Amino acid sequence: MSNNEQTNSHSHFPWSHLIGFGLSIVLTLLALWVGFASDFSFRTIMIIVVILALIQAAIQLLMFMHITESDSSRIQVGTILYAVFIAVAIVAGTIWVMSFGMHNMNM
Amino acid sequence: MESVEYSPNTPLEYQSETGRLNILGFWIFLGAEIALFSTLFATYLVLVGRTAGGPGPEELFEISGVLIETFLLLTSSFTCGLAIHYMRNHSLKGVFLWIGVTLALGLGFLGFEIYEFVHYIHEGAALTTSAYWSGFFVLVGTHGAHVTMGIAWISLILIQLKQRGLTPDTTRKVFISSLYWHFLDVVWIFIFTAVYLYGMVM
Repeated sequence: MSNNEQTNSHSHFPWSHLIGFGLSIVLTLLALWVGFASDFSFRTIMIIVVILALIQAAIQLLMFMHITESDSSRIQVGTILYAVFIAVAIVAGTIWVMSFGMHNMNM
Repeated sequence: MESVEYSPNTPLEYQSETGRLNILGFWIFLGAEIALFSTLFATYLVLVGRTAGGPGPEELFEISGVLIETFLLLTSSFTCGLAIHYMRNHSLKGVFLWIGVTLALGLGFLGFEIYEFVHYIHEGAALTTSAYWSGFFVLVGTHGAHVTMGIAWISLILIQLKQRGLTPDTTRKVFISSLYWHFLDVVWIFIFTAVYLYGMVM
């Protein structure tokens, strides 16, 4: 059973959770700083904060949800990656398609 | 027929075929949830700016309230992870303590969110005010409904845990509900970024 690997550390202090929590706080504050205190352009700010959000989501999946711990970890990771692809296609595709003919809107 | 020996280190929730399949099935459900939320995000982002002359997000969003909600939910995700850690150390007390903290933080989050919604409606930004606020309330409200549902679900599991203790069945339910709870925090990270940061920086 490959799901024994991470269970060996069970009786120890939950370091991975603590590190994940700390990183999440740092990433949230970093996103705030980029949004409100930096001099970047609007476009640059949005690119940076979306990347920070993706990193934080990965931390949740790996350090809190242990997506890789079970025997079917490859199916789990594959499912989530496929869902992320669908999500990106839906969001980016919708914004792209709906942007046509909107030039005179003050967006 | 199931004669696989489990190492004593294998968590209880993985010790039956049903448990393993339920956990895998829940991951697939979470994939579908990602698709659901992506349609709401797409709708919201397309409707940004369509305020029909009414109030816009830059007038109503307040960073302090959003940050409180964010840290409440983020911390609840952490304490939920601690509960699973204690569950795997066979500490029923630890599970009750940390799930209890998780639910309290979840309720706090909901309280602030309801307060925020009521405040917006009071300021003249309701579901029917404009396309923008429709998109906002449907996206953020669907997440809030998920949190409400999660609190009710996990409370029921706690009752069962109290009655039956840590068994392969109950640990599986606690573990699956913890995946759900972490997932709600993942969705919130994107709401924080695409709705609040975007709305306030714009």
